[in-house]
Amino acid sequence: MINQSIDGFLHPNVSKFVDQIFVNAKQWLISLLSWLPGAPVWVIQVASSLINIFALLFVFLTLFALMSVLERKILGRIQNRYGPNRVGPFGLLQPVADGIKMLIKEDIVPVRADKLVHFLAPILIAAAAILALGIIPYGRNMTPFTIDGGILFFFAVGSTTELAVFMAGWGSNNKFSMLGAMRAIAQMISYELPLIITVLPVVMVVGSLMPDRIVAAQAGYTFGLVPRWFVFTPWGAAAFILFFVSGLVESNRTPFDVPEGESEIVAGHMTEYSGFKYATFFMAEYIGMFAITGLAATLFLGGWHSPFFVLEFIPSYVWFFAKLSALLFVYIWLRGTLPRTRIDQIMNFAWKFILPMSFACLVAAAVWHYAGRGLRGWLWSFVVIAIIYTALSMLLDTRRKFAPRVYRFAE
Amino acid sequence: MSSAAAVIIAILMLAAALAAATVQKLMHATLSFALALVGVAALFFLLGAEFVGLVLVFVYIGAVAVLIVFTILLTRRDVGNDRDANWGGALLAVAVFGGLTWAILKTQSVAIVAPHIRTLTVKRIGEALMTGYVWPLQCVGLLLTAALIGALVLVMEEKR
Repeated sequence: MINQSIDGFLHPNVSKFVDQIFVNAKQWLISLLSWLPGAPVWVIQVASSLINIFALLFVFLTLFALMSVLERKILGRIQNRYGPNRVGPFGLLQPVADGIKMLIKEDIVPVRADKLVHFLAPILIAAAAILALGIIPYGRNMTPFTIDGGILFFFAVGSTTELAVFMAGWGSNNKFSMLGAMRAIAQMISYELPLIITVLPVVMVVGSLMPDRIVAAQAGYTFGLVPRWFVFTPWGAAAFILFFVSGLVESNRTPFDVPEGESEIVAGHMTEYSGFKYATFFMAEYIGMFAITGLAATLFLGGWHSPFFVLEFIPSYVWFFAKLSALLFVYIWLRGTLPRTRIDQIMNFAWKFILPMSFACLVAAAVWHYAGRGLRGWLWSFVVIAIIYTALSMLLDTRRKFAPRVYRFAE
Repeated sequence: MSSAAAVIIAILMLAAALAAATVQKLMHATLSFALALVGVAALFFLLGAEFVGLVLVFVYIGAVAVLIVFTILLTRRDVGNDRDANWGGALLAVAVFGGLTWAILKTQSVAIVAPHIRTLTVKRIGEALMTGYVWPLQCVGLLLTAALIGALVLVMEEKR
């Protein structure tokens, strides 16, 4: 009677079994291998890593395919049109058609291009994006790559993306590519700083750089109702918003997608890429997006913890991917809603607003910690954030009145 | 297994370093240099000093390599054509190599057997930086801040 349910909820043993089903499946696969005569330890280690890698690639490449079609569907809905609906039911097979198209396209390499660098850039950029996925805890006991400095690993790997973008721009030997790469690197370097500084309060409060410990620190519920996620503290909420905006810039998403622009610099550093190499860039961009939203969910939204105590019977990985999907939906929503910003606006925003505010989060987190992490700490850190925010907005106020644009036509 | 990995990494690293010194195109030389640094980081990982390896990747590939790449933009494109042997550089390299070899041979810590060293966690590095090495840390911080402000002053537009 395993399937029996108590008060409409699953039996605890069943939910535990479903929760750990992937972990147990992996254990079983490895135990199969260890029965082999004379299998040394390193073979098992390598096999274990390979299973993790293939699971990761399978899940996230599927998610990429799904996201590419869902994004177009949702954008279509926002813009009052249908979106892709020809291939398969509801257009769901669109990514397959796109993939085939990309694979059979001619791969054009410019004659004057630096062939080696041009070839290596998409590989490096995709490798960096996929590596960053490795440290995120996807569920209970489901971190593919457990490492002491996991958060640092994420950013160290992410920082190689800049070099890859530059390689793409330089290797193409095209001024549009070079200018696009410059724009991309400028905004990536500027926003890497706030991205890291907004993570610091969490690291400071938890006292560890390990994603698993950060998720564990967000377990439990205040008054048995509100989960102890960092986003429900004033410093956490502010840091989460700043992290989210910086993540948008890092993944070159729409309000900040200046490295690309059909009317100004074609496709930026991807101008001279075609066929599957272009698809690789596209994939790296989306996987980078998954990585950064996954890290946001891990750091501020409690990772794989469920939002309500009564819903804890739902497996942990379902919660993680629910949070990931919600954040990705916001990405798409913003893309359908906001116009583009200019590069100087992006830079001003980074150095004049986001950077001071992220330092404010650091101070507020310290205040929260020393005021006892309770209601008092909550109020004090809220006061700190509010004061710094008000002061900054008064300081940065340009006294420019916003009014509807007046168009003047020749009469 | 780890000694075999160390040998493979060392060979890759030396090959990349050699390429960085000898390759004609500046861009390729820089990328080989970055590859050599990845090799150094991998060696740190192998020795269990993950934090140092990660910081190495972070600083040297994320920042220094990008900086070098930007300076390449300021050079001429055909810079590879007029090269002759740079004897001063070679002399300097030999001197640095000799000095480093002498220093490594003189140190006592090479003799310490690996299992006797406690694993290097981020926490221990942080504690050491905040207690024993707090003054050097603060001085470096001050120096870097001064350098940052100096760079800003240099590039600031003069108001007329």
